[in-house]
Amino acid sequence: MATTTAGAAAPRVRSRKGPIAWVRRNPTITVGAAILLVLVVLAAIAPMIAEDPLSFEPSNRLKRPSETFWFGTDQFGRDVYSRVVYGTRISLAVGISVAVVATFVGLVIGVLCGFYKRVDAIVMRIMDGLMSIPSILLAIALITLMKASLTIVIIAISIPEIPRVVRLVRSVVLSVREMPYIEAAVAAGTRNLVIMYRHILPNTLAPLIVQATYVCASAILTEAGLSFLGAGTPPEIPSWGNIISLGRTFFQISPWIIFFPGVCLAITVLAINLVGDGLRDTLDPRIARRM
Amino acid sequence: MTAYIIRRLFATIPVMVVVALFVFLLLHLTPGDPAAIIAGDDATPVEIEGVRRRLGLDRPIWEQFGIYAWGLLQGDLGTSIFSNLPVTTLVAQRLEPTVVLALSTLLVAVICAIPLGVVAAWKARTFIDRIVMGFSVLGFAVPVFLVGYVLIYIFSIELRWLPVQGYRPLAQGIDQTFRSVVLPAVALGTTYMALIARITRASMLEVLSEDYIRTAHAKGVTTKSVLLRHALKNAAVPIVTVIGLGMAALISGVVITETVFNIPGLGRLTVDAILKRDYPIIQGLIIIFAGTKVLINLMIDISYTFFDPRIRY
Repeated sequence: MATTTAGAAAPRVRSRKGPIAWVRRNPTITVGAAILLVLVVLAAIAPMIAEDPLSFEPSNRLKRPSETFWFGTDQFGRDVYSRVVYGTRISLAVGISVAVVATFVGLVIGVLCGFYKRVDAIVMRIMDGLMSIPSILLAIALITLMKASLTIVIIAISIPEIPRVVRLVRSVVLSVREMPYIEAAVAAGTRNLVIMYRHILPNTLAPLIVQATYVCASAILTEAGLSFLGAGTPPEIPSWGNIISLGRTFFQISPWIIFFPGVCLAITVLAINLVGDGLRDTLDPRIARRM
Repeated sequence: MTAYIIRRLFATIPVMVVVALFVFLLLHLTPGDPAAIIAGDDATPVEIEGVRRRLGLDRPIWEQFGIYAWGLLQGDLGTSIFSNLPVTTLVAQRLEPTVVLALSTLLVAVICAIPLGVVAAWKARTFIDRIVMGFSVLGFAVPVFLVGYVLIYIFSIELRWLPVQGYRPLAQGIDQTFRSVVLPAVALGTTYMALIARITRASMLEVLSEDYIRTAHAKGVTTKSVLLRHALKNAAVPIVTVIGLGMAALISGVVITETVFNIPGLGRLTVDAILKRDYPIIQGLIIIFAGTKVLINLMIDISYTFFDPRIRY
């Protein structure tokens, strides 16, 4: 009896490997990724589904949301919907760029710190210092000193994220370095670079991917915050933060200028966080159990 | 204990030196001419020279850092380019609203989030737990300014319960201050609440699976007492850590919240400084905020001994 049950159960287990089963096991990643996919598509086809975000029609100033203007218009008579759609491009570009830059730089510094004790002592003091500066202020300081541009914004947001990545990578490297297989590699005369690349790097990958999603989400929020404060993306670029910043003056009579980009921002960050949480649960079950 | 605190205070020195060095070098290592950028797009060469001299950029770099560091040691954070007032004076003028806002946010967040987290852990994997966790996931995603404007719209514009924006100083009566600060505190506290609720739940869940909790239940201790006296106190260390870390992270949110609610605090000072590219003010604020963050971290570490007597320094 027992054997037949086991025999009957076995193929069912195997059949659970289909895509539908995967979705059922990872609902958070699926929902998050689905929303993100929609956003990416919207950003890509923006010129097809939205009007020119910069074209203005003074006679249409501060119109309520309607069939012609889904999200209403701003004080220059620009279509908020078109601006929000184009804003998706900016937010995603900033989020992804910062995630890539911060992760890559953080990975290199982190591996070096974990591997060379002398580098570690100095670099970690610098990282401690950087970490104690509130990230938005650090970005503001950088932006005040340079001409505003999207690249500067990306760099300014990346710098405060780097120490967090460095700490993560370093901690992984420090624990991996004590493993017998590293000792074996050293004994076999493997060059340091090869050890780092082949034996240490793969171990950092899982936590790094999870961290990258969180960096991406926080970068999008920071960019919006900076633009909102007037220290971010140049005002002529329709980023969500800029749209909200412009809407401030007319908030009491036309709240939609702030509401729609704000909600899009929240949805985007939510989607990325969901993917991050899902990846964390799949890739790093140890943390998942604790949370 | 005292020896530990003194040792930790000394350990903050290198961190603060790095911070000072960083804000100083930022001015010098950024590509382009900082004097020209600070002076603005339509500044004449004479004006640019003026800014350069005011910032001391015309002197050798080591001399400049010497002057700057010596000033810092004496509590001199520099002088604003535009108002010509010492940064310390400007900060002192704007300190009250920011401190009141930060403390109210801390209070609101802790009062709401810890019970939420405790209940979520107690009723783990039920409907209530799902709602609390859903809120905490949402709380991380919703930007401060969206919460802020929605709150203003509902409570100030539609319901007219609270003032739309602005800040009433404590000198005008604490009830007025409270009314002006409640919405900003809730807006700023959303993310913070999400963070605390989440860690409270996680930490409680871990403690609730311990043997002594089962023993407490078995000997007939009331659920309330088990949760609060046995579990929460033992779950406190990670919660306190996160409250402290979150407090430090609040500082960034303060700048945005003050702009949304028109509160004339340090955040507004920052924004005004951005608009005028008044770098010395931003430099000074970074030193102050970084110092605060370092001190908060120190306080968290010291508080561990209070919540967990097994930890001794």
